[in-house]
Amino acid sequence: MNIDSLVLLAIALPLMGAAFNGLVGLFAPGYRSNKTLIGTLGTLCVAIPFAIGVLLFIQFDHDAHITRAFTWMSAGDFTADFGYRVDQLSLLMMLIVTGVGALIHIYSIGYMRDDPGFWKFFAYLNLFIFAMLNLVLGDNLLVLFLGWEGVGLCSYLLIGFWFTDLKNSEAANKAFIVNRIGDFAFLLAMFILFKDLGSLDFDVILAGGASLAPATINWVVFLLFIGATGKSAQIPLFVWLPDAMAGPTPVSALIHAATMVTSGLYLLARMSSLVLLAPGVMTFIAIIGALTAIMAATIAITQNDIKRVLAYSTVSQLGFMFMAAGVGAFFVAIFHVMTHAFFKGCLFLGSGSVIHGMHEVEHQLEEEGHEVHLDPQDMRTMGGLRKYMPATSITYLISTLAIAGFPLMSGFFSKDEILFKAFEYGYSGNGYAWFVWVVGIITALLTAFYMMRSYVLTFRGKERWPNADRIHPHESPASMTGPLWALAVLAIVGGFLGLPGVIAHGDLNWIHHWLGAPYGGPVAEAVVAEHEASFIVVEWILLILGGVIALVGLGYAWRVYNRDGIEFDQKLAIDFRGLYTTWANKYYWDEGYDKAVVKPVLGLARRVMDPFDRYIVDGLVNGLGSMVRAFSSLFKYLQTGVVQNYAVAILFGVVLLLGLIIFG
Amino acid sequence: MDLSTAYDALGADLQATLSLWLIVLGGLIVIVWDAFRERDALIPVFAGLILVGAIVWDLFQLTAEPATAFYGLIRTGGFAAFVNLLLEVSALCTIVLSVPYLKRIGKDYAEVYGLVLFAVSGMMLLGAANNLVTIFVGLETMSICLYIMAGLVREDEGGIESALKYFLLGAFSTGFFLYGIALLFGSTGSMYLAEIGHAASTSTSAMYWSGVGLLLVGFLFKVSAVPFHMWTPDVYQGAPTTLTGFMSTASKAAAFASLILVLFYAVPYEKWTLAVAVIATITMVLGNLVALSQRNVKRMLAYSSIAHAGYVLVGIVAGSAEGYAGALYYLLVYTLMNIGAFGVLALMEWDNESGRTQSLDSLAGMGYTRPFIGVAMGVFMFSLSGFPPFGGFLGKYAVFAPAIKAGYTWLVVVGVIASMVSAYYYLRVLYVLWMKDSTDPAAMSNDKRVALTVPASSTAVIGFCAVLLLVFGVYPEFLQMAVDFFSPSAVSIAP
Amino acid sequence: MLQTFFPLFLQLLMAGGLALTLLLGAKYLGPKRPNLIKRQVYESGMDPVGSAHQRYSVKFYLVAMIFIVFDVEVVFLYPWAVTFKDFIAAGSGLGVLAVILPFIAILAIGLLYDIKKGGLDFDS
Repeated sequence: MNIDSLVLLAIALPLMGAAFNGLVGLFAPGYRSNKTLIGTLGTLCVAIPFAIGVLLFIQFDHDAHITRAFTWMSAGDFTADFGYRVDQLSLLMMLIVTGVGALIHIYSIGYMRDDPGFWKFFAYLNLFIFAMLNLVLGDNLLVLFLGWEGVGLCSYLLIGFWFTDLKNSEAANKAFIVNRIGDFAFLLAMFILFKDLGSLDFDVILAGGASLAPATINWVVFLLFIGATGKSAQIPLFVWLPDAMAGPTPVSALIHAATMVTSGLYLLARMSSLVLLAPGVMTFIAIIGALTAIMAATIAITQNDIKRVLAYSTVSQLGFMFMAAGVGAFFVAIFHVMTHAFFKGCLFLGSGSVIHGMHEVEHQLEEEGHEVHLDPQDMRTMGGLRKYMPATSITYLISTLAIAGFPLMSGFFSKDEILFKAFEYGYSGNGYAWFVWVVGIITALLTAFYMMRSYVLTFRGKERWPNADRIHPHESPASMTGPLWALAVLAIVGGFLGLPGVIAHGDLNWIHHWLGAPYGGPVAEAVVAEHEASFIVVEWILLILGGVIALVGLGYAWRVYNRDGIEFDQKLAIDFRGLYTTWANKYYWDEGYDKAVVKPVLGLARRVMDPFDRYIVDGLVNGLGSMVRAFSSLFKYLQTGVVQNYAVAILFGVVLLLGLIIFG
Repeated sequence: MDLSTAYDALGADLQATLSLWLIVLGGLIVIVWDAFRERDALIPVFAGLILVGAIVWDLFQLTAEPATAFYGLIRTGGFAAFVNLLLEVSALCTIVLSVPYLKRIGKDYAEVYGLVLFAVSGMMLLGAANNLVTIFVGLETMSICLYIMAGLVREDEGGIESALKYFLLGAFSTGFFLYGIALLFGSTGSMYLAEIGHAASTSTSAMYWSGVGLLLVGFLFKVSAVPFHMWTPDVYQGAPTTLTGFMSTASKAAAFASLILVLFYAVPYEKWTLAVAVIATITMVLGNLVALSQRNVKRMLAYSSIAHAGYVLVGIVAGSAEGYAGALYYLLVYTLMNIGAFGVLALMEWDNESGRTQSLDSLAGMGYTRPFIGVAMGVFMFSLSGFPPFGGFLGKYAVFAPAIKAGYTWLVVVGVIASMVSAYYYLRVLYVLWMKDSTDPAAMSNDKRVALTVPASSTAVIGFCAVLLLVFGVYPEFLQMAVDFFSPSAVSIAP
Repeated sequence: MLQTFFPLFLQLLMAGGLALTLLLGAKYLGPKRPNLIKRQVYESGMDPVGSAHQRYSVKFYLVAMIFIVFDVEVVFLYPWAVTFKDFIAAGSGLGVLAVILPFIAILAIGLLYDIKKGGLDFDS
């Protein structure tokens, strides 16, 4: 098979999987209980594209390959092709999406087994993979946008998967509405680009970008970034992501940690040569990223819901990635996207495994007739799970070490690369990068701390649920622990793809060589000052500093939480007082939005728009409607049913027609 | 007298029009077959296979060069193949849908399938005519078959009434049509479209234009444009439902194709456009307005089909290659959506009076009991009202855009407003199907409704139409193909 | 110009003359024994006075219609038959015969169908 058909097959398979499971499940209720079949089909429709991705990866020979599926529409100068682009960047993203996606599909077979909406879940997941592949493989902004909206829709469907609970539907709505704001900015950017360049193809945009007026470039990049803040949960649009944890945990792992939320970074990396032309906006991106990172990290310290800790951690890590983008190191951002997909995917799946186990505890308590309401996601009722869920515990620990930047694990390399790039950029005379670097160091420390806190509270210490002497959870089935192990291994070794500059002068930094524009890749990067030979000492110091910070954060949390357990949070609260309250209340973002936006809008709607709508708009529409219907009834009487009248009408028509033709 | 060259030409001509002869032969066999083995269940299968054969043949003819056969009486090549395909697909769908439907209402005469085949052969003559006599022969062959189909349910007074009305008014309009032919022949001295056009390009007389006008009357009657439309609601309502679908699509498509040929080859542009534009306007406005207040779905779809004739006329008014091609393309998607919609109605019909007495409310809540046809009906209704991404949207775009280019912006504005109005009654069908409680008294009054079965063959045809509509909604390849039929190069080859 | 139409004029004259002659001949030469039924207006067997809404057998019309259809179609054979001789002389008689056979076959099929379906069965 040639590349074109392979690419199209890879994209079509998840869609077919979604259509099959969805439609057959919808129309044939009997099919819904074939869970093994549904799960296998769903997984295959992602695993095969992964295999195709590997094949394409092996065959790849340094030239972007463009597949034109068909012309979608053409109106005047405007044509939109369904074109797909296989290059270094999209291949890497495709491998992440389908690889991690396939693992999470396998995991879901076990995790969702008892859910009556099993078929629906797999249909949605496959649909998501389809949209995500469109997003990363699209050859123009329009296809990318189609995927962008598609993943948003799937995210909405999956957050609200258990929609009978009002809270979940509200979370889904929130995610959707907040994302619309970002999408709007994205659309505006597309309009501007199309107006000035006449095309939305990446080739045209990136080649013609330099010819645009500086103000235009600034606007476009700024609007694209606003679009990215929506999808990738940055200040000020990050508020939806923590609430999105209402969805099933595999969804949180796949969509809200590994893939969809990183699409903003993908967009910036894809547009990197354009972004580099707007240094002012880059400053803005870096600062927003840094602020988001530290803000989310501080909030994460105070959270007790295991998934919320991970959610804020995700926001914080995304902030890291934007820091990298803001100092012009886009390939490092993508590197972190990849390592983050591994360890955060593993962490979320691990939390899912824990929740699975805690549900079991809850059921056993109910069977014994206890009237306890146990929140299976609350770390305060966990503890000591290491004994009962060894595989989950070990993989969770590995990923915790990885995200914290424990030396030689994947997070260590990717995070240090970000910090180093910030340092280097500051060293090249860009003052704001120093600020980014300092914030990054502090955030890294906090990350190590809160992640170890979550591990210790969950897996070590005493069991804190009721009747713990008799009732305890069991390890999850192999279909769930298998993906955990796979991701944990990746979380350990994934970092070796981007070895830092101190080793062989960066020649072994594979990901840089693969993606970077200096080596013929699609991702541009900022020019930094040439450094003298002694700079390697600084690099070594920075690397060691990064490792030390991780060890300090991890070690301190290990010590205090093993010693004091959950009570240490109280000490923190007393020591930091006002600050801690602010963190615990998430900096009052939700309340602020409520006061500043939601209430005024609702008030306006109620007091002004409602009467306007009811009396003026409705009045007008209804009036028009009744008028039309009145005419309709009038004309109805022309139809008498008497054939002679019909003939008269024909005669009338003859006269009309001849008159118009001969005298008209 | 040496006839060897004549035989060669005859062989080539027969081959070029093979699908036509296949269908005629099929019709004759059906008639004889039925005479000896009445109501044999294999007859519709045979008729369907004949159509499949014709479809396959015409698919290969799509790319053939335009030419004529039988001394220039009939056209062959891409345009004819396109129209033939449309007619054959419509007929095939009709036959498949009719088998279970006619059996249920107890009218499963095998002659129906013969009639369908004969009607299609007439339509194929009409849609590929290159000569006024061919047009007339085709028109009458088609019409007589349709008159009989309309009156198929002899015991039902509505059916008889509709057939008689159709016949009387049809004869009346045919009279005008013949006068038109006579006047055209009188003023130009030829029956061939191209020769008439050639004569008219130098000078035209009032006699010539009267001929064109009267010819138009005949065509506009067949496509049910206002004010020649009065028969349409009565006939569509009284005829058996699946056959109504056939009448409303194939006969219109053939008449429009013939009208396009006449206007394109035989009549200079400009002078007739105002008249057709006025007819298009009142057709769109009246068709949509009256459809609003209909309670019976079949009658509503009859008015809707009047309105759609108006949209097609908008494309014709443009008078450009794109306009004619747009009209053809519109007919293609219109055929799919109307055949599908009438097919769904046939499945939901239980009053034993061809749906004549069934109100819209009698379909309440059927979307839930029959989700597949409910969804398919959704596709047809959205497509009829012109929502993207269905074929109906692209069809409307294809007829409206050339009209704007030709300076008929006001006409397009009327068309767009009219289609906005139409959304109301199309979507109301969906509202009733999906959102209305099935305990509505009109729906529950008869427990026959519960016993309705949905045969797999009908499901397949309806699904086929719905899927094709989606395909045509995003993939306008056929539109470009239709434009090429009128390209200068194609016209220069044509006779 | 007008001379070309002279035969036509002659035929019109003959047709009119024949009709006139027959009508006048019947009026003046025929015996007259009028009764009530004979003095009625001729309406193909229908009662011309009274309600038009009455039932009557359509059999007569059916046979009459079928007769007309076949009659008209047979007329088409005349022009063919006239030229057939010339073709035989030219040696292509069989070919020309083959051309008319489908036409006759179609007519025969119609007749066959009519008989099988009982169209000519006057009693039933």
